[in-house]
Amino acid sequence: MSTIAKKKKAVKMDPTDIVQDLLKKYPTKVARKRAKQIMVNEAEGATTPEMGANVRTIPGIITMRGCTYAGCKGVILGPTRDIVNITHGPIGCGFYSWLTRRNQTHTETDAEENFMTYAFSTDMNENDIVFGGEKKLKQAIQEAYELFNPKAIAVFSTCPVGLIGDDVHAVSKEMKEKLGINIFGFSCEGYKGVSQSAGHHIANNQIFKHVVGTEGAVKVGEFKINLLGEYNIGGDGFEIDRILDACGITVVSTFSGNSTYEQFATAHNADLNTVMCHRSINYVAEMMETKYGIPWIKVNFIGAEATAKSLRKIAQYFDSPKLTERVEAVIAAEMPDVKAVMDDVRSRTEGKTAMLFVGGSRAHHYQELFNEIGMRTISAGYEFAHRDDYEGRHVIPEIKIDADSRNIEELEVEACTENYNPRKTEEELKKLEEAGFKFKDYAGMIPDMPNKSLVIDDLNQYEAEKLIEIMKPDIFCAGIKEKYSVQKLGIPLKQLHNYDIGGPYAGFKGAINFFRDIDRMVNSKVWSYMKAPWQEKPELSATYVWE
Amino acid sequence: MTLLRHTPVEIKERKALSINPAKTCQPVGAMYAALGIHGCLPHSHGSQGCCAYHRSALTKHYKEPVSAATSSFTEGASVFGGQANLLQAINNIFTVYEPDVIAVHTTCLSETIGDDVPQITDKARQEGKIPEGKFVVSASTPSYVGSHVTGFANMVMGTLKGFSEKTGKKNGKVNIIPGFVEPSDMEELKRMSTVMGVQTILFPDTSGVLNGPLTGEYKMFPDGGTTVPELRSTGDSIGTLALGEWASAEGAKYLDSTHKVPCKILDLPIGLKATDRFVDALRMITGRHVPDLIAHERGQLVDLISDMHQYFYHKKVALVGDPDQVIALTEFLTSIDMCPVHIVTGTPGKKFEARIKEITKDSPFPVNVKALGDMFLLHQWIKNDPVDLLIGNTYCKYIARDEDIPLIRHGFPIIDRVGHQYFPTVGYKGGLRLLEKILDALLTRIDRDAPEDCFELTY
Repeated sequence: MSTIAKKKKAVKMDPTDIVQDLLKKYPTKVARKRAKQIMVNEAEGATTPEMGANVRTIPGIITMRGCTYAGCKGVILGPTRDIVNITHGPIGCGFYSWLTRRNQTHTETDAEENFMTYAFSTDMNENDIVFGGEKKLKQAIQEAYELFNPKAIAVFSTCPVGLIGDDVHAVSKEMKEKLGINIFGFSCEGYKGVSQSAGHHIANNQIFKHVVGTEGAVKVGEFKINLLGEYNIGGDGFEIDRILDACGITVVSTFSGNSTYEQFATAHNADLNTVMCHRSINYVAEMMETKYGIPWIKVNFIGAEATAKSLRKIAQYFDSPKLTERVEAVIAAEMPDVKAVMDDVRSRTEGKTAMLFVGGSRAHHYQELFNEIGMRTISAGYEFAHRDDYEGRHVIPEIKIDADSRNIEELEVEACTENYNPRKTEEELKKLEEAGFKFKDYAGMIPDMPNKSLVIDDLNQYEAEKLIEIMKPDIFCAGIKEKYSVQKLGIPLKQLHNYDIGGPYAGFKGAINFFRDIDRMVNSKVWSYMKAPWQEKPELSATYVWE
Repeated sequence: MTLLRHTPVEIKERKALSINPAKTCQPVGAMYAALGIHGCLPHSHGSQGCCAYHRSALTKHYKEPVSAATSSFTEGASVFGGQANLLQAINNIFTVYEPDVIAVHTTCLSETIGDDVPQITDKARQEGKIPEGKFVVSASTPSYVGSHVTGFANMVMGTLKGFSEKTGKKNGKVNIIPGFVEPSDMEELKRMSTVMGVQTILFPDTSGVLNGPLTGEYKMFPDGGTTVPELRSTGDSIGTLALGEWASAEGAKYLDSTHKVPCKILDLPIGLKATDRFVDALRMITGRHVPDLIAHERGQLVDLISDMHQYFYHKKVALVGDPDQVIALTEFLTSIDMCPVHIVTGTPGKKFEARIKEITKDSPFPVNVKALGDMFLLHQWIKNDPVDLLIGNTYCKYIARDEDIPLIRHGFPIIDRVGHQYFPTVGYKGGLRLLEKILDALLTRIDRDAPEDCFELTY
């Protein structure tokens, strides 16, 4: 299978025909399944199409997806600097999640703990599989405690752990009692659920159960919020912190970029939860509202306009003229620089097209940044998002949990007898809602996408190549596994997981970085070098050589 | 600020906790070996996270596409067996991606539940899911045994088992199993053989697969890789050279015992002496004279060693990596009077420590060596007895920065530099490149640290 990306523009094809084209090579059963996960967006029509999402991966299809362990240890707990994260399993899982996501961490001095540069593992061997690994796990926890004296130790299960019946929770509890520090386990075996998503849920549950609300307030300040689902990739969280700080907004905790154990433990002291990545952290947001009475809103700090909008939303919530004034001042101070770069870059990017296939959140958020430089998203999708991330949270009651995800625990949460404290009265909430304010709401990606664009869930290698061949985008956004096959076709691929080691891309400074990077990528000279001169002009002039 | 600030100077024995491993797990080695078969799609029989991680690791190392499929186990399959997943996968792969060969490896998941992959592929064959002229081979690669090097060895073995035949008619060729080395190294081994006038079957061969060109065309199955007819023919070769005991011996012994193709197990030809043994072995097997060009290249390497010897002599080196690589490097460094003093491999194997002790027995300094060691231990050794140079993969950059030691990247993975795809470290040419890198690192350091009154123009 090979295709040549020609420099000519895409043939105008009806999107429905493109879908048929994508499906036609598949065995019948596969085609039927994939048809449910590929949609022509009817955003401007009356109804949003129902998206097939969060279903099992088709074996052999070359998916982009990873596993539950990656979603739990790699994504949610990985970025917390002062917990010793022990992977209970053979060495691979621990090795591959060792510094491979760019969650940046900052400490003021060496006296502060930072275990991010370490990979801890029980490195299970054949004996552990045969006779069980609990003893080794206990010993590993003991050794970690003696060597590092950490505040907390977390244990992450990998595929074989569930199968051989090691009880990581019992071991954690026993060692917690013995050592007197918080020790907790995660049953995030790679085969659970159908993707990283199950791992997010498991991580949310355990952090909520074992850490959130276990310590009193430490942060003093006004307008206290938690920033949920922001992992500080390439310093995104630093830039958001800079802006919030300039506005006078206090961040109690970030889940979980540049975070500490203490931040999780005191998170219940905030007055508003702001959710960046809905997919990975909405569970904690929901549970904190039920247990502590903290409302949550969706925010988006990707895109300069989106950042301004999110800041205004936070100010509106706190309903303080002082805050509103500062937020407006910050926006007014930051925007001219953004605007200058935006206008400059736009002169070279206007009218170009993008495709975005990223995890469970960015495929939506980054469309905003592309819009700001006049680029159109012609196709997008997630690896592992659920229907609510595509269609909006209003569809949640209709979502049926299928057999593959049924075993992911749903915590029963009740209002906390000591610490439940509704942050707003019924009347205040009503007033905000009447003014257009939306709590616990996320409208999803689909309504923000152009009509007739293609929305594709769990895109695979074959479809990616086909889409590029037919639609010829000017840039394709995905991850490292996709990067080089797409670029072999002469289409630049922007990694929206690791930012190609760039960033930050969030906030105002991030927007500037992103505009410049996209300009560089879509306008690079390299894409004109693919054919050698003798391939472009194959006719040979015999006399030329001798002249 | 120190990056590895929690690593104490005092060394306490650890029995259970591995910290900063000097190895990874089997399947990535198997995936790499399978990519060395022409027209092959590697397949990971496990849950999909492994496959995603392994593809990512190889992709970051090579800056090249790495395709592989997975059985995508769910919880149900993990309890009741992954047969249905693999059968579906085989059908989907041949229909959609059309490889000539699928090379299946396993993970800790499918190994723990005991899936019998050869039985499942037989069933696929009976059910007509493997088209005419297409193949499925497999290897068992449990992640809880050995390391990625073991996985490489197992896939080499599985592939030879699947393909090698003995027709009784010798092909006049020499099989070379190059070990877990770079595509550039494989290219260099082929070039040297060609210069020697020796016809070879090199397997696996990732040159042209993981160091390909940008042309505007994406080939999921690039032009490189050992072809199926070549793999079949390995049973008719006059002999096999297995380079690197950990990675290559098993496959070579299989051809010996099954098809009576005699084998010789050599070290990886890194450095002067190991390359001498490789060239000599090619000469002995085929009865060919070593041509002047090879002798000329050797002479250039000896010349460089003599020219710059003052910078090598008794410099202390810490080394970490895969056993075959580290053994060959230790010998090379020792042969130019450098002194490897801390030597770690994450891959288990008792022979490793014995071999290193043998090579370094005349060292003027005490030597620490550990198989199944990790980078945490290596770092502690360095804190207790500092070195002039560190050689290892990208993860060593954290130690190098904290301890302010020049670092040369060697081995797998190198994800923050390029070059390993294109320039070999095997053979005499590779020796020249390694020494150039070592000198560059040492002399850059001298230039950086020299007071202005003795800042030198010439070295």
